Amino acid sequence: MTFLWAFLIGGLLCVVAQLVMDWFRMTPGQVLVIFVMAGAILGGLGIYGKLVNFAGAGAAVPLPGFGYTMVEGIGQAVKQKGALGLFTGGLTAASGGIKAAVVFGLVAALIFKPKS
Amino acid sequence: MDSEKARYQQLTQEMMPRRPVLRNAIMAFVVGGLICVVGQCIQWFFMHQGMSAKEASSPTAVVLIGLGALFTGLGWYDRIVKHGGMGGTLPITGFANAMVSPAMEFRTEGLVMGVGARLFTVAGPVLVYGMTAAMVVGAVRWLITGVA
Repeated sequence: MTFLWAFLIGGLLCVVAQLVMDWFRMTPGQVLVIFVMAGAILGGLGIYGKLVNFAGAGAAVPLPGFGYTMVEGIGQAVKQKGALGLFTGGLTAASGGIKAAVVFGLVAALIFKPKS
Repeated sequence: MDSEKARYQQLTQEMMPRRPVLRNAIMAFVVGGLICVVGQCIQWFFMHQGMSAKEASSPTAVVLIGLGALFTGLGWYDRIVKHGGMGGTLPITGFANAMVSPAMEFRTEGLVMGVGARLFTVAGPVLVYGMTAAMVVGAVRWLITGVA
């Protein structure tokens, strides 16, 4: 059942992003920035967490999930460390993805040649 | 002057190619949905190794980013983005694509300012504004509710 919701919610988030891009004539980069910020805000309001609970990867895999992950991480870190958690929590929670993106990205850019 | 400006704007509006909005949306839905299902499969695999859904989301992101980088290198991911638009770009695999693609292209500018800097053409802004937004949201929530 989660697989169906993952497909529907993940697909819908992408449709919203596509419509925002087409209607406001934005570049993909601008849309990504807006969506990561939207994910953080919806995460803070507790909405995105509910979405992740029932759509699984459908909400976690699109980029708003990245903003949500950082907000959640900050929440946990603030509980343990107080104000310092505001600085450490976000990146701690997102560290796996960021490190993977940098290392795999660098390796891929060095190994492969651009096509066409 | 003003009418000239308006005329010019009207002209550019007319000349701009019409975007096939409906078709784009449908393709984004299918492609984005399928990528999320792949992500769900990977997460399901990690959950079968005894992780909770929350614990499994981090290794899932790592695997998806690895796949995104690999497919970009092979030249496959650009085709996914070409057809799927935001359906290819919004998932975390598209984030990897947005890093690798310019880095690969500008390799001739050197390892530092070519590859190193271009990795962050899109990832840079996303990290800057994402991290700032997360911190502001976290601080506001802490102030209002007392628990972050």
